[in-house]
Amino acid sequence: MNFDFSDEQKQLRDEARRFLDENCTTKEVRAILEGKDVYDRKLWKGLADLGLLGIAIPEEFGGAGAGRLELCIVAEEIGRALAPVPYSSTVYLASEILLRAGTDAQKKEWLPKIAKGEAIGALAFVEGPGNPTPGGMKASVSGGKLSGRKTLVADGGVADFAIVAARAGSGENTLSLYLVDLKGAGVTRANVETVDPTRNHAEITFANAPAALVGNEGEGWTLLTQALDRAAVLVAFEQIGGADRALYMARDYALDRMAFGRQIGSFQAIKHILADMYVSATLARSNAYYGAWALSTDAGELAEAAANARVSATQAFQLCAKQNNQVHGGMGFTWEADCHLFYRRSNLLALTLGSLSWWEDALIERMRKRNAA
Amino acid sequence: MNFDDTPQEAEFRKLARTWIEANRPDDLLAVLEALNPDGSKKASTADIVRVSKAWQKRKADGGWACLTWPKEYGGRAATPIQRVIWDQEEGAYGQLSQPFAIGQGMCGPTVMAYADEDTKRRLLPPLASGEDVWCQLFSEPAGGSDVAGLRTRAEKQDNGDWLINGQKIWTTGAHFCDYGIVITRNDPTVPKHKGLTMFWLDMKSPGVEVRPIKQASGHSGFNEVYFTNVRIPDSQRLGKVGDGWNVSITTLMNERFSIGARVATGVPEFFDFASSYRMPDGTLAIEDASVRARLATWASRSNGLKYTAYRAISALSRGERPGPENSIGKLVSAPMMQDIAMAALDLQGPEGARTIDGATPAAKLYQQLYHAIGMRIAGGTDEVMRNIIAERVLGLPADVRVDKDVPFNKIPTKGR
Ligand SMILES: Cc1cc2nc3c(=O)[nH]c(=O)nc-3n(C[C@H](O)[C@H](O)[C@H](O)COP(=O)(O)OP(=O)(O)OC[C@H]3O[C@@H](n4cnc5c(N)ncnc54)[C@H](O)[C@@H]3O)c2cc1C
Repeated sequence: MNFDFSDEQKQLRDEARRFLDENCTTKEVRAILEGKDVYDRKLWKGLADLGLLGIAIPEEFGGAGAGRLELCIVAEEIGRALAPVPYSSTVYLASEILLRAGTDAQKKEWLPKIAKGEAIGALAFVEGPGNPTPGGMKASVSGGKLSGRKTLVADGGVADFAIVAARAGSGENTLSLYLVDLKGAGVTRANVETVDPTRNHAEITFANAPAALVGNEGEGWTLLTQALDRAAVLVAFEQIGGADRALYMARDYALDRMAFGRQIGSFQAIKHILADMYVSATLARSNAYYGAWALSTDAGELAEAAANARVSATQAFQLCAKQNNQVHGGMGFTWEADCHLFYRRSNLLALTLGSLSWWEDALIERMRKRNAA
Repeated sequence: MNFDDTPQEAEFRKLARTWIEANRPDDLLAVLEALNPDGSKKASTADIVRVSKAWQKRKADGGWACLTWPKEYGGRAATPIQRVIWDQEEGAYGQLSQPFAIGQGMCGPTVMAYADEDTKRRLLPPLASGEDVWCQLFSEPAGGSDVAGLRTRAEKQDNGDWLINGQKIWTTGAHFCDYGIVITRNDPTVPKHKGLTMFWLDMKSPGVEVRPIKQASGHSGFNEVYFTNVRIPDSQRLGKVGDGWNVSITTLMNERFSIGARVATGVPEFFDFASSYRMPDGTLAIEDASVRARLATWASRSNGLKYTAYRAISALSRGERPGPENSIGKLVSAPMMQDIAMAALDLQGPEGARTIDGATPAAKLYQQLYHAIGMRIAGGTDEVMRNIIAERVLGLPADVRVDKDVPFNKIPTKGR
């Protein structure tokens, strides 16, 4: 058994970490938080130059042609750095959907641009409160024109194109995926403020926007859930990256800060908080690794492994981030300390792709399916 | 990243599987399961020990006992990864090894590290083959977590023998054990970690009295052990006089319990229970949103333990030492088992209070309600495990130890 990343993959991690340590400190994250721009363009360009935007895109479409394990490695570093860039929307969602379901022409048009950092993609599926259901989506397409409203699209304000879930008719199984050029006609966008302003979100209204089918008509729900499963593994890596960094930030503070004549890290209440953070982060890491294996091999276990990784990583990052604030005392509630950057990101990532309760439900459903088989 | 064996591992697995296939102890396991429907009160210790010894002997004769031990001590000189493979192949039959867990897992390695060659060749092979069962006599009324606070005295006699007086407690299996390792205080005038000495002893030595303790579950798995003028020859000393603390660390470091072995969490039992238990409105419990939410958390934590073990196995397979992440096992599984057992009762409403025996999922969960109490304490309490993770893994300061440099006989003994 070799349930670990290879030496070359670990080298890639070191490279990505070195690059992000230099180019994505919390100063850069704060610049976006404070509204200097909608995403870090310089960092995006740097990621493109390093080949990290197209890392999992085949060479024929301008990428590096590496596998999903390499992508998991990069995802962890993106999460660790709280990178304020549209990486997950573009790389885990848009480009992965095109790779799996797009036409050759669609791949040729968009994937090389993604790899070069010249196009940002997004996935538009949220219509109002509640987790996604196949019946809940009202946006529709007729005669190749899409109309409807997607209320919260991650990176929707900065994306060049979006994969949009919409109905091809009024019947039951008509949900389909479409590619829409967001710079084209019939698209209006308004940025939405969220719990984590370091990642752009927008509401997008489509009024007869030209839309091209991605995959088959009526296949939308299947493609969407598959895409969310695959992205869940990658986002789980972002989450364990963030969880780990919040854990060690809290540990370091506990060693530095004195109270009652002692390091606060010598109080058991603090030690036990940190031990629980470590436990949660460790479980989440191991679950994410299993998700990585399933993703990289397209295993039959992927759906269950993804839900498992997602539940675990969401809980770990939320726990580590909120307890990092707690260990920092009053300082943890300031704008100045970096704690809230992790808190914001952990809460955003807990909701994106569907919230925790939705994934918990999915995990049980998938366990039942396996048991019945 | 893959789950494949290396060619050598595959070859070893085939060897193990073939042997188990030809020697499978289904008869013994059936006896165990009939006797002991998941820990119910009716189990008879003597019968459990009898069937376990039968399987252990069969394994020893085939060269499959204590795999990583040297051959001259009854082992197979196998690598750590081979032991994991064996455990995986042994699967459910591994339940039959339970009475030997402490002796082979902790006492054996301590004897191996500190006894002289003759003693090792004499004591270890029958420990490996299950003919002798060993116990660990560490905890005392005065100290479990703080085991260095122990008070059992060892006094050197003129002829070189030691005279032991005092009391041990919580000694698992003492009532059926042949030998034990015992840690004692030889010098109460020096700080507590410094005046300790370790011995091995025959449990039938005159002056040793074993009294089973009735547990909260109603069973009796552990005991009080009294020592009244028990004579131990100096040749049975393990390590130097006054070095017992360091020797005990060897023992505790060998808590190898978990790697590769399946830890009980209660998750499969709860999954089965919730998949068959009907709520008052006729729907299955597993269709209830709150049940699903809790079960999902438990399942993902239980999976996390499994895959953490896989990471450790991978390290072994590369010939490396597994990292500290393996220290989380019991801290995750024991409290979770308790929560799960309580959730199963809760779903049944007032009827949940009814005692149930047997091998149904509900009955198993009912037993785990009690089993979990002990698991959260044995081998380091939840709180002590958190201290260990905080200090040894995360590098936080050690607890303030007010008694550290105080002569043992000057340490206060009453809380109030
Ligand atoms: C099923 C079972 C089997 C056992 N088998 C054996 C055996 O075979 N051989 C053997 O020698 N022992 C055995 N034990 C004993 C076991 O190791 C001790 O019970 C355990 O170490 C706790 O010690 P204690 O009972 O003295 O509790 P205490 O140490 O008095 O603990 C009481 C409470 O105080 C807390 N506490 C104590 N110290 C600290 C600290 N430093 N920081 C924070 N909290 C603390 C504990 O967490 C606990 O909640 C067994 C116990 C059980 C339950």
